[in-house]
Amino acid sequence: MRSKILGILVLVLMIANLYMIFVFAPNEATMGVIQRIFYFHLPFGISSYISAYLLGFGSIMYLIKHDLKWDRLAASTGEMGILFTSLSIMSGALWAKPVWGIWWTWDARLTLQFLLGLIFLSYLMLRAYLPEREKKAALGGVFGVLAMVDVPFNYLSIRWWRTQHPQPVILGGGLDTDMWKVMIVSFLAFAALYAYLLDRRMAIARVEEEVEYLEHAILAHD
Amino acid sequence: MKPVTAIIFKDILIEMRSKESVSSMLMFGVLVLTIFSFAFEPSSVDRSLIAPGILWVAFSFAAILGLNRSLAMEIDNDCLQGLLLAPLDRGSLYLGKVASNFTFMMMAELIVLPIFVIFNNLKFNLQFLEIAGIAVLGTLAIAAIGSILSTISANTRMKEVMLPVLQIPLTVPVVIASVEATSMVLSGETKGISSWLYLLAGFSIVYLTVSYLVFEFVVEE
Amino acid sequence: MPDTFALESEDIRKTFGHFTALAGVTLTVRRGEFVALFGRNGAGKTTFLKIAATLVRHTSGKLRVEGIDIREEPEKARRHIGFLSHNTYLYRDLSPVENLRFFSRLYGIPDSEERIMALLDRVGLRRRAADPVRAFSRGLHQRLGIARVMLHDPSVIMLDEPYTGLDANAVEILNQILDQAAAAGRTIILTSHDLEQGLRAATRAVVIDRGKIVFEGSPKGASIRDAYAAYIRVGVGR
Repeated sequence: MRSKILGILVLVLMIANLYMIFVFAPNEATMGVIQRIFYFHLPFGISSYISAYLLGFGSIMYLIKHDLKWDRLAASTGEMGILFTSLSIMSGALWAKPVWGIWWTWDARLTLQFLLGLIFLSYLMLRAYLPEREKKAALGGVFGVLAMVDVPFNYLSIRWWRTQHPQPVILGGGLDTDMWKVMIVSFLAFAALYAYLLDRRMAIARVEEEVEYLEHAILAHD
Repeated sequence: MKPVTAIIFKDILIEMRSKESVSSMLMFGVLVLTIFSFAFEPSSVDRSLIAPGILWVAFSFAAILGLNRSLAMEIDNDCLQGLLLAPLDRGSLYLGKVASNFTFMMMAELIVLPIFVIFNNLKFNLQFLEIAGIAVLGTLAIAAIGSILSTISANTRMKEVMLPVLQIPLTVPVVIASVEATSMVLSGETKGISSWLYLLAGFSIVYLTVSYLVFEFVVEE
Repeated sequence: MPDTFALESEDIRKTFGHFTALAGVTLTVRRGEFVALFGRNGAGKTTFLKIAATLVRHTSGKLRVEGIDIREEPEKARRHIGFLSHNTYLYRDLSPVENLRFFSRLYGIPDSEERIMALLDRVGLRRRAADPVRAFSRGLHQRLGIARVMLHDPSVIMLDEPYTGLDANAVEILNQILDQAAAAGRTIILTSHDLEQGLRAATRAVVIDRGKIVFEGSPKGASIRDAYAAYIRVGVGR
């Protein structure tokens, strides 16, 4: 029931969002139409950071409570993290190429985003190669905590590194009031989408676990 | 003798006997330095610009080798379980391992460093000591996070191959800080070097503390 | 004040993810008892023993060894526990003397040469005391493992399938050591597949099946044999 409501909410918000982005939003002075990618790119980036936070939170909660639902949260947000990180990087590249002529640059934000993606990937790989459910949760949980603790160090070291070696900085430019309206709608739409995806993914994880449980129970009856 | 000290002594005794860890780390470190010497035409580029990076690539990968060896020894015969039976808390067990790993890594690095100086025609002066000092800080950081990550990766189907996957993304701050600080020492412009050193120290302190607290979840079923 | 029991478990449960290994094991072992624990593979006897030895963390329930709660003061409890599995936990690159010296230090007991040599004598390893363990046969390995277990003179000795893969000599030595320990008032809990070997010196027999105790009683008499036949002989129609 809840997911149906959420799903409809997402649909409505997204349609409104698309309208705002492609019809309502004014054309940006220097970059033209391409700048509209920004309304996707920024929410993607924020979603990836939210995923990182939730992964760390889920990991700690599992280690404290030993309730598998926290581990499902960590695992789901790990997947969503890699999804949104990839989308953020790709949308960034699609935006940068026509505007600045480069696919990629090692500026602070992009490097950090890329590193975050690697960390999500490592987390998922670790889980994939652990044979037992219990180990996935416990060791995944520990790695989740270690990774979360790493994020501030990554942030600091990469920022200082890039100020040490200044690069052409890619600025978003200022946003006028109309653009802010679009941005806010976009945030809301993507927040709803995030919540919906997380809800669905965790529901699927719950079902997967029940299936595994039943398989175990059946095999044990020999 | 305290149990943690006993563990360190035991590791040193075994290493003296088998000589596997330090020699393989040392060999690997030298090989990496060598490969980079071929990869970059010696005269074409200003060595001092890329030298710190090469050094820390060598150290990073040698460290992974050493960490895997150290853990393999505890997996053999399930010796880790023997340690878990002792009246010693899990966190202290972790600290003992960090100390051993750090010791062996430093032993290898302290031999690789002079070779590095020679290959790059640097001088054995105060700079050398400063670079060694940075190596100590960086190595401690790597040992702190590597000791727990290697224990985690040993549980996976990929075993030792998983360690680099877990360790390299997480140790990026250590590599950046160590390379930048080393560059600063070599170029003589050391303004702001303390930020990097504080970052390395902070990394070690944070990870020693966090790992001490969560190590039990890694080793207990 | 009530007597301290060697081991008291109250409704110990353990789940590994979805799999329930122990579904509530309540067992009280008095000091000086020799308990033989039987069960099929996967029944939970090894899991229970490992929980008692603090190697595995139980999901719920309470367990006390010599009156010490293993959740609250695990390190204190471990001083009283000796655990032997079919892996010996010994370092192959070191000699028996070096191994035992290390474990002495780990347990905070004197690592004197005499003490260690006396122990090696008891297990018949005096002549090989300085050879690296790498070269040992399985039987010699296990003998050194027994020495390691007895090193800190634990009051509760736990053995998981200790007779597996032992040659006749090693079995003799193990039985001798266990009998000596029992005579000295130590508590012994062992798991076994083999009914006769397990019952040899036992004062109590327990059968575990599917994570619960299904039989508890005297090692003499028919009832243990019936229980063994019912729960452990695989392939017998149920």
